[in-house]
Amino acid sequence: MPPLARRNLFHDKIRLAVTLTGITFAVVLVVVELGLFLGFTTTTSGLIDHSQADLWVASRHIPYIEQGALFSERKLYQVRATPGVASAEKYIARFANWKRPDGGHESVQVVGFNTDQTMGGPWNIVSGSVADLKTPDAILVDDLYWKKLGITHLGQVFEMNGYRARVVGTTHGIRSFTTSPYIFTTFKNAQNYTNLREDQTQFILVRSQPGVSLQQLQSNLESRVHDVDILTTAQFSSMTRFYWMFTTGAGVAVLLAALLGLVVGIVVVTQTIYATTMDHLREYGTLKAIGAPNSYVYRVILQQAGMSAVLGYALGITVSLFVVHGAQQGGASILLPWPMAVLIFGLTLLMCTIAAAVSINKVTQLDPAMVFKG
Amino acid sequence: MEVAVRVRGVTKTYAERAARVTALEGVDLDLHKGELLFLMGPSGSGKTTLLSIMGCILRATSGSLQVAGQEITGLSERELPRVRLSHIGFVFQAFNLFPTLTAVENVEVALELKGIRGALARRQALSLLEQVHLDDKASAFPADLSGGQKQRVALARALAGNPEILLADEPTAALDSHTGRSVLELMRQLAHDHNRAVAVVTHDSRIADLGDRVVRIEDGTISSVRNLRQPEPALVHSIPLSHSDLQTTTARPL
Repeated sequence: MPPLARRNLFHDKIRLAVTLTGITFAVVLVVVELGLFLGFTTTTSGLIDHSQADLWVASRHIPYIEQGALFSERKLYQVRATPGVASAEKYIARFANWKRPDGGHESVQVVGFNTDQTMGGPWNIVSGSVADLKTPDAILVDDLYWKKLGITHLGQVFEMNGYRARVVGTTHGIRSFTTSPYIFTTFKNAQNYTNLREDQTQFILVRSQPGVSLQQLQSNLESRVHDVDILTTAQFSSMTRFYWMFTTGAGVAVLLAALLGLVVGIVVVTQTIYATTMDHLREYGTLKAIGAPNSYVYRVILQQAGMSAVLGYALGITVSLFVVHGAQQGGASILLPWPMAVLIFGLTLLMCTIAAAVSINKVTQLDPAMVFKG
Repeated sequence: MEVAVRVRGVTKTYAERAARVTALEGVDLDLHKGELLFLMGPSGSGKTTLLSIMGCILRATSGSLQVAGQEITGLSERELPRVRLSHIGFVFQAFNLFPTLTAVENVEVALELKGIRGALARRQALSLLEQVHLDDKASAFPADLSGGQKQRVALARALAGNPEILLADEPTAALDSHTGRSVLELMRQLAHDHNRAVAVVTHDSRIADLGDRVVRIEDGTISSVRNLRQPEPALVHSIPLSHSDLQTTTARPL
């Protein structure tokens, strides 16, 4: 096919630059906003998703993990006695006060778990180990928050709620959605750091026996353990994400910003493709006059839109990779998994196709007799 | 000669708000294969309107139109492009070439519309450019061509797919007289040598002698038709007359 679409697109280099800038801006904005949304939602439920538990026992009507109320640890034994339960452990995720070496204070979220098993523990450990937490006053902190908490080296000792806390290891990439970093420690230490009585717990993590239906186990627990909510990990994760993303409006704001990026992209590309179409209107009229069906003319316009989409996306995703990488060095969590990159390519194509619709409408109404006007 | 386009009782009226303008009224015309027909007349007389109707670009308000034996009047708007594509080639006053395509690519577009692609399209396009004596300019862009050369490319494009009808609207208006004449000579050759029906709208009376017929249109109607190729009445050779002959009172047979 004679390269009419490509030649027309590249004929006006300045207009092409404007088109590509618009698409690049839209792609970057959508990537950042959707990436933030994904990062936020992943972060809000990070503790739940990495707990390696099948079920969570929490206080009644808990809306999200940070709002878990305390209940008696006796429920742990009721849980363990329920048929289908392979193991159950107490778990805490509560806020505490961290004192920095310079005298300042920071809010932290203490995560206490049974270090003799795997449920509820940290992940992505880069120095130290879970076994090191068995030593007195031991804690693990993510390296992202060292500067914020005034940590300079392993072995450093701090004060939390009047108790000693000694940094024995670090993780990497465990972000807290709130501004309070996670501090992993034993359940006993966590009780001290968060002023819990010895007979209290905030959650109970449950692992089912192999082959046991989760729904059945959930039902069994609900019938045996009262005044608590029994939630699967998936349910609790989704509730927590929904609360932070939509009930608070944070997620809606981010999604609206992504939508805005798409709208801006559509407007810019519509304008430039339309201007290009108007510049070449006589050619389209000639095509129609010599017998081209409307579909041929549409194909030329859509090819221009498609080429713009591919080039703009390539530029946009390249810029986005730098932005995502830079954000991850900082405090923001912007995720760009490959399915999302593919989705955004589809959105870019859609955006440019919609933008071409105005031009297509114009040439549809074009009277081929216009070619006879000199 | 076989009729390629038959126009009967064609009227074209434009209605815009309260005003009605009749561009053509009751026009009858046949365009034959193998002939070069000129449509002449003053500006606004309806020449281009008639050409547009013959080319199935405009629809007549009333009357009938046959193209290549096919009745066009009842066809829908969607079917008209197919008729144009199958039977008619167009040449425009402003050339209407695609400026971002080379000469050969301009012709290839027309071939592609007729389903001819790839290497075959390239060969045919080059052959058509050769026909119009422009094969050495195949890779040139329109901006690099003279007016006459552009019109030749346009002609080659119009010939893509070997249509039996060629319609040209003021093809020499943007050309100097010498170049314009050479373009029309080419069109005459296309008509005579390839049995094509060629109709040309022009207001240049200097090139009228190139045509086979000149149809004059004024105020939307055909005012005269002059057949330039019918044999002239036999010339009267000089006959020596005697004085007595001059005195003859009755007409003598020639």
